[in-house]
Amino acid sequence: MNQIIARLKNVTAGYNGESVLKEIFLEIKENDFIGIIGPNGGGKTTMLKVLLGIIEPFRGNVDFPLGKINMGYLPQASQIDKNFPISVKEVVEAGLKPTHRWSHQLSKSQKESALGLIKEAGMERYYKKPIGVLSGGQLQKVLLCRAIASNPQLLVLDEPNTYVDKHFESELHQWLKKLNEKMAILLVSHDVGTIPSLVKSIACVNGTLHYHPSNQLTLELLKVYDCPIDLITHGPVPHRVLKKH
Amino acid sequence: MTDFISLFQYTFFQNALMASVLISILAAMIGTYIVSRKIVFISGGITHASFGGIGIAYFLGLNPFLGAALFAILTSTSIEWISNKGKVREDSAIAILWSLGMAVGIIFVFMTPGYTPNLISFLFGSILSVGKSDIIIMLIITLATAIFFLVWYRPIIYSAFDPEFSKINGIHVTFFRYTMAILVALAIVISIRAMGIILVLSLFTIPQSTAMLFTNSFNRIIPLSILWGLLGSLSGLFIANHFNIPSGAAIIFMLTIQFLIIKALVVAVELKKQKMR
Repeated sequence: MNQIIARLKNVTAGYNGESVLKEIFLEIKENDFIGIIGPNGGGKTTMLKVLLGIIEPFRGNVDFPLGKINMGYLPQASQIDKNFPISVKEVVEAGLKPTHRWSHQLSKSQKESALGLIKEAGMERYYKKPIGVLSGGQLQKVLLCRAIASNPQLLVLDEPNTYVDKHFESELHQWLKKLNEKMAILLVSHDVGTIPSLVKSIACVNGTLHYHPSNQLTLELLKVYDCPIDLITHGPVPHRVLKKH
Repeated sequence: MTDFISLFQYTFFQNALMASVLISILAAMIGTYIVSRKIVFISGGITHASFGGIGIAYFLGLNPFLGAALFAILTSTSIEWISNKGKVREDSAIAILWSLGMAVGIIFVFMTPGYTPNLISFLFGSILSVGKSDIIIMLIITLATAIFFLVWYRPIIYSAFDPEFSKINGIHVTFFRYTMAILVALAIVISIRAMGIILVLSLFTIPQSTAMLFTNSFNRIIPLSILWGLLGSLSGLFIANHFNIPSGAAIIFMLTIQFLIIKALVVAVELKKQKMR
């Protein structure tokens, strides 16, 4: 049942000849929910881009044991130009795969499924509006609708929590848990505080990758993994322990 | 009034009208792409670099349009390539191509023996001297662009809006970005004939700015830009004839006046709405 759907094998990758990631292994199974943490510049986004086929690794490869899979992607919010004259409808429909290789017309049922997603997200009244009028959280919802429009087997999310309020965050987490029943999810975040309650396993990426097969993390483990990040611990009085490395 | 009507009898004026219509349609489509992708500065680079091609073509006794088109296409595709590689700071690269093109053009025009073409007409355009062959080229480029937009509207805007996502989703992003780079180059070069190197970009940006006062949706900006472009260039043409002033400058003047009047109206309506509340 829980078969491997994607695998990064011995991947070394980066930009302009400089490697950010070194010899990384990662296996993603059906129904996995992997949280990816690590410092900025540690290669989290680079790893996603290799997996998604946006950049070619210098060495190593990505393979899909069950054959090519459909992947949904939610990029970092900063990558989206909010001033681009495009409507919510058009953005969500961007996630639908064209039915023919060179024709890009959508079928009626495809358009209806896009509208259905937007209704589910409670964004119906913005459907014809340009994305420029949306708040950060609303834009993330629209981008998530785009990412799941084609029913991917693997959903890849890059920092979906930035620029959104707490209310949206809990809404997002509920949504992701539901989606995880149907698809594997890879979630990049530097917010280690909320990740453990959400994900099933954790990977630390800081040049190299350490896979941690549970969602419980301790400071000691992070040290072993060479993963300098903030960690929130829960006690009688909530307090934050910042560990310098 | 008789003055205006009699103008239509002249072939040169008929040609100028035809050119205005075609260029307004072409610039509306390409300009909306340029403004949406925020590549107005890049387009300025392409425009000026193409002067190098004009100069060399003159020197060799070839058709200046061909030279300009070749230079413009080389510039626009190499800028697209540079921005994909991300190695050189894009804006510096554009500035280099911008001035190098002008320099090459000036040198070759200067070296051309005997008759030296009128530099002013390249810099400021001469829509009243547009000929049949120019119109045929404009018609072909406008039709090709319109068909491309109609058939592949979705992948064109998706490749512009979020190329990485589109690539993952199976769109041939590279094909669409490079084809658009070539169409941008061709549209600019053929419009230079009418508007000149210095004035041409106004046709690709002012109608769009006016259209964006009403809508913020790519597929509605295009028809509105056609409308404003047509109104501006036709009224500009008449004014140029009436007051005997250069047509390119008159067109830009009218496009801008039009923008300002409509902007003022929009602001007035907004204020009134606020008072009503």
